[in-house]
Amino acid sequence: MSKHTLSVLVENKPGVLARIAGLFARRGFNIESLAVGPTEYDEVSRMTIVVQVEDNPLEQVTKQLNKLVNVLKIVELEASSSVSREIALVKVKADVANRAQVIEVVELFRAKVVDVASDALTIEATGGADKLDALLKMLEPFGVKELVQSGMVAVGRGSRSITDRSLRPVERIA
Amino acid sequence: MSEQMTGAQALVRALEMAGAEIAFGIPGGAILPMYDPLFDSTKLRHVLVRHEQGAGHAAEGYAMATGKVGVCIATSGPGATNLVTPISNAYMDSTPIVAITGQVSSAMIGSDAFQEADIRGITMPITKHNFLVTDPDEIARTVAEAFYIASTGRPGPVLVDVAKDAMQKMTSFDYPDKIELPGYRPAAKPHSKQIREAAKLIVSAKRPVFYIGGGVLLARASAEFKALAELTGIPVVTTLMARGAFPDSHPQHMGMPGMHGTVGAVGALQRSDLLIALGTRFDDRVTGKLSTFAPGATVVHADIDPAEISKNRTADVPIVGDAREVIADLIVAVRAELEAGNQADLTGWWRQLDQWRTTYPLGYDIPADGSLSPQLVIERLGKIAGPDAVYVAGVGQHQMWAAHYLPHEKPHTWLNSGGAGTMGFSVPAAMGAKFGRPDATVWAIDGDGCFQMTNQELVTCALEGAPIKVALINNGALGMVRQWQTLFYNERYSNTDLHSRRVPDFVKLADAMGCVGLRCEASGDVDATIEKAMGINDSPVVVEFVVHKDAMVWPMVAAGTGNDDIKVAREIAPAWDTEEL
Repeated sequence: MSKHTLSVLVENKPGVLARIAGLFARRGFNIESLAVGPTEYDEVSRMTIVVQVEDNPLEQVTKQLNKLVNVLKIVELEASSSVSREIALVKVKADVANRAQVIEVVELFRAKVVDVASDALTIEATGGADKLDALLKMLEPFGVKELVQSGMVAVGRGSRSITDRSLRPVERIA
Repeated sequence: MSEQMTGAQALVRALEMAGAEIAFGIPGGAILPMYDPLFDSTKLRHVLVRHEQGAGHAAEGYAMATGKVGVCIATSGPGATNLVTPISNAYMDSTPIVAITGQVSSAMIGSDAFQEADIRGITMPITKHNFLVTDPDEIARTVAEAFYIASTGRPGPVLVDVAKDAMQKMTSFDYPDKIELPGYRPAAKPHSKQIREAAKLIVSAKRPVFYIGGGVLLARASAEFKALAELTGIPVVTTLMARGAFPDSHPQHMGMPGMHGTVGAVGALQRSDLLIALGTRFDDRVTGKLSTFAPGATVVHADIDPAEISKNRTADVPIVGDAREVIADLIVAVRAELEAGNQADLTGWWRQLDQWRTTYPLGYDIPADGSLSPQLVIERLGKIAGPDAVYVAGVGQHQMWAAHYLPHEKPHTWLNSGGAGTMGFSVPAAMGAKFGRPDATVWAIDGDGCFQMTNQELVTCALEGAPIKVALINNGALGMVRQWQTLFYNERYSNTDLHSRRVPDFVKLADAMGCVGLRCEASGDVDATIEKAMGINDSPVVVEFVVHKDAMVWPMVAAGTGNDDIKVAREIAPAWDTEEL
């Protein structure tokens, strides 16, 4: 099993997320992380899907995804040629006694404190999965009260865009 | 300026413009607005069925017999959910149908309203695509897209769920002359490099086989395929979905492969060094245990659906494309190879194949107790009704016997439920086929189990003028399940005895439904009874053949075993020839 990151361009229409999630479930694939959001085109959304899967089933799920009428394009992003980020918001126990120590960790990871209470700090951090894991490990001894993480978003390196060529409206005679 | 009309009128008009001539359905609350303009339509005939499942199978039968898109209509909630089985059946067998369902008004959606069911959500995994329409301006375009998606590429079912208020509101009718679906790309042209590669293998293989599936029928490529087969002299097997794609009587035809395939067809696949798989999907009922399927074969796999290629068996030469185009291109490429003098000698291979088929021909025993043999009934029916009749089978033993013993000589004359194995398919699908091809003789071949699931559509046939004929093979049991109990469950017949020799009285039942009912219990009466049924064309006919209870389907590859373990009769395995080719 290996980790694969798929960027899926889909039509921004009701039910599309259900179609894609249903397809993964039906074919027996576990989605490790999923992020959906708008793109530079109003009518197009972009999903970043991270799956743990062998190569051969990955090809099958990609082909099945391609059959969905609302799916416009699928690109697998390799870790070496793409930039990927997640965001985490972490509420950590921190009072007068150890607040400075927590802030030191925050600064080491170039994270940010976004909310302060008398006995807690809320920290915002972005980065790859490894960096966030490392940060969380450092924060754990202080006591993590609450953690929320986004799915991964990713984009290929360089000037090329996966939306360049795919989004010309394709005309067909009925 | 485009014409103003209600959404309901737009829905009917759009169906007419999409080419629909007939729709099978039942009205109800949410779909009622549509039934009002439908009442006035002169182009679109509506057939009022007795159960929505019947409407769906009728749409399938119509589509399979004509090649056009079949249409069924149901109301919201239970009406729509009753379509689930036929939609799923059409999805498994790639049959182009469009299902129109009424939905509760858009303001009520999501409120658990009366007769509300999320039919779009329910049918997502079993449709090629589906739509929920809540805006009347979207109705015409959606119907056009539904027909386009259903009928192009790998065909399949498309559902259009229309909210009641969208049908009641006014809209300006605008039927698109172009379909714009940026995410839908039905198959490209077959890749010429792959075609050349396939042609090289075809002329050089020593033990090649054409493994032909339903895609060849869907592409209406039977004539082209016959030319390719004859050009190469390579043996042919046709799957359950492809019976009739290549004439049974053709000397190159080895029969049907699979769990109940002929020894010749199964042996040809198992011992082949090249499978040329066209429009087929390596279904488990064909391959048996996948790891032991055709172990020595290189695989050329052509299919219009790229997801089928290398799904079950890795293809060495994958070709994505419509079967007719692939075959046409292969003919050109193979001819070029042959003209260049490249041709393998298939004499040894044919010697082997001929030995298998002469040693292990299809056959059956006549019951010693004098009771009627079901295989004999089906064989005689095929002889008398001939290869031009359309045959529509249910699911089970009678289906397998029909697949073997009917004269499958012509394309689109064999309709059955393959992938889904839907009992109850036969009667309503035969009705749909009869509406599509009113001049053809249409025989439903059904079992007593299947028949009791959907026979209510004979009322529809009687009232709406669809004089189909039903050969009801009554062995009083769920025969195929009973066969498995005989073979694998120590003859413990748990809940497979239907007692249907006692109840119901099928002749009276037929009569009550406005059909002619006939019964045949003796071999000597078979021909005369079939002839009598053939002579009745003003009403549906049901012929009950009371047959031997213990007849079994042979050959058989037991589930979970490999094709090499095929049995030609109980505990009798063929002696595979060990000749090295």
